[in-house]
Amino acid sequence: MAEIPEDLLRRSAEARAKALGVPVEDVLAEFKGEGPPVEISQPDPEPEPVQEAAPEGSDSEETPEVEATPAEDVAEAIPAEAEIPEESPAAMVAASPGETSSAGAESEPAAAAVATEAPEAPAPPGSNGSSNGSGNGKVASVVSPRPSVPPAGLPEGVRTQRLLTVVKARAIQNVKAEPSDKVNTWPHLMLMEFGALLAITGLLVVMSVIIHSPLLEPANFNATPNPSKAPWYFLGLQELLSYFDPQIAGVMVPLFIGMIGFMMIPYIDKNPSTRPSDRKFAIMLYSVFLAGSATLTIIGVLFRGRGFNWAYPWRDGVFFDDLKDWVNFE
Amino acid sequence: MANGNGRVGLRERIKEGTDKLWNSQLADSIMRPGSPFKQGYSDSPRNRSYVVMNNVLYHLHPVKVKRHGVKLSYTLCLGGLSFFLFILLTITGIFLMFYYTPTAELAYSDMEALSTNVAFGSLVRNMHRWGAHLMVLSVFLHMSRVFYHGAYKPPREFNWVVGVVLLFLTLFLSFSGYLLPWDQLALWAVTVGSNMAGFSPVIGDQVKFALLAGVEVTGATLLRFYVLHVLAFPFIIVIFMAVHFWRVRKDGGISGPL
Ligand code: HEM
Repeated sequence: MAEIPEDLLRRSAEARAKALGVPVEDVLAEFKGEGPPVEISQPDPEPEPVQEAAPEGSDSEETPEVEATPAEDVAEAIPAEAEIPEESPAAMVAASPGETSSAGAESEPAAAAVATEAPEAPAPPGSNGSSNGSGNGKVASVVSPRPSVPPAGLPEGVRTQRLLTVVKARAIQNVKAEPSDKVNTWPHLMLMEFGALLAITGLLVVMSVIIHSPLLEPANFNATPNPSKAPWYFLGLQELLSYFDPQIAGVMVPLFIGMIGFMMIPYIDKNPSTRPSDRKFAIMLYSVFLAGSATLTIIGVLFRGRGFNWAYPWRDGVFFDDLKDWVNFE
Repeated sequence: MANGNGRVGLRERIKEGTDKLWNSQLADSIMRPGSPFKQGYSDSPRNRSYVVMNNVLYHLHPVKVKRHGVKLSYTLCLGGLSFFLFILLTITGIFLMFYYTPTAELAYSDMEALSTNVAFGSLVRNMHRWGAHLMVLSVFLHMSRVFYHGAYKPPREFNWVVGVVLLFLTLFLSFSGYLLPWDQLALWAVTVGSNMAGFSPVIGDQVKFALLAGVEVTGATLLRFYVLHVLAFPFIIVIFMAVHFWRVRKDGGISGPL
């Protein structure tokens, strides 16, 4: 159970006490689990029209996403047309005290009590369903403005809003409270990605101009080349298998075990820390795996000659047809 | 601008026409409200959001990302590079499909003709081949990056599982393509690979038979590998990639900082 701030609880209790016509203290006691359930002494007075809170995520993609922005950005980020029509009885979101509006906007829970509005009007930052924010287990309250203009000359201290309920926040997404030091995807991330795309395309083109793909003689079932090697990414495996009786350790077994084993890593490694200093053993294991597979692959590629016997590339030549036409100076 | 004859100049008319088109219902309906193309772009947080929101591809991204995730040194862009390489492979692969027949009689001569008779044929073939090797490498390195960051820890466990499937799909894609040139290298590399599969106890022979569509590599194997390579595996890997990217976002974006 999330900690509900005292003042929210009190406001809620006041509202309920008013509605039920009982003393506030009774309701408060009930809320805190110290008192008996409060009897309803009179039927609920005419209920306020309250718009249903939109279920989180159902139409969050409909409204343009405006990611929660640090406070100084908020004003910018809310498009002007987002202003809620004054007479619309839209539910409004109020974050719990201590949460600034930007923090409330970040949080999933806030979305649980999100305002529904005209479909096209971009929602205030709070309604962004796909933001991944902090605030798991925080409390959001739903407040309804009175539907009509408050009568003139309200006595001092009378609020024109009232607290309907305190809802416990529950996220449907797997979010964790994280400090969010964020930057805009455009341009920061997208320029990087564009650079990466250009770089890899350039590298590939240059490589393809320089290195020629092999095309040996036509396939011939009667002429087994010596040695016969698997593609390089299976060569480590082929190398490994050459140490064992193939009847015992077929390729399917290591592949299958490798695949299932790798999939189980997150469920085996229960250590919650991601700090390298806390996971020396895991890092060591993986590094052994990396170094081992690299070594086996290099041996398979460079150090295996006729009959898959040991060969030194500088003495016996390289038996690796994939790079047969290393350089193409046409 | 009237040109003295009282007629409307050509430039004037073109401008009028484009303006009309630009403001037409058609143009209006193509661009979503707020599109920077429509309303012009000036640098503001709001427009930065609109750039991402108004494009189906960019929309794979959230509007904002963690600052440390943008640093090159964090992901080395390896997942992204795997994806880019996949796109490049798709494009070059479609090109190659126009010139390739998956039969034992024609496959090899098609490959020869491709490198001699087709404009850019050789270059595109090289790009496809080296791109495939690079993709295997970059997926593997991406996996290592994820491991060293401990980025598979909750809540990202399942995305790691999806990733392992992606790794194996990448290997299968590469392996099934290896046979297609139908030269000695292709034939015997695949023979060795499937023989290794055949060595498995109990199910070995069945696995090998299903893989090769027979007891040894034949024209039927070629067709089988071709369909797997150009259709089945790409189809499956795209689905898994979609889940993978979606989970990256839903699991709270990029992991870290360390
Ligand atoms: C076709 C292959 C793959 C593609 C296209 C791909 C793509 C991506 C991309 C674009 C990201 C975003 C972050 C980054 O770039 O590092 C990512 C994250 C991730 N990938 Fe992959 N990936 C692939 C294979 C794998 C494999 C083989 C694994 C692990 C076995 C894996 C596990 C993960 C995990 C756990 C994350 C979240 C990392 C984080 O939050 O720091 N992926 N992937």
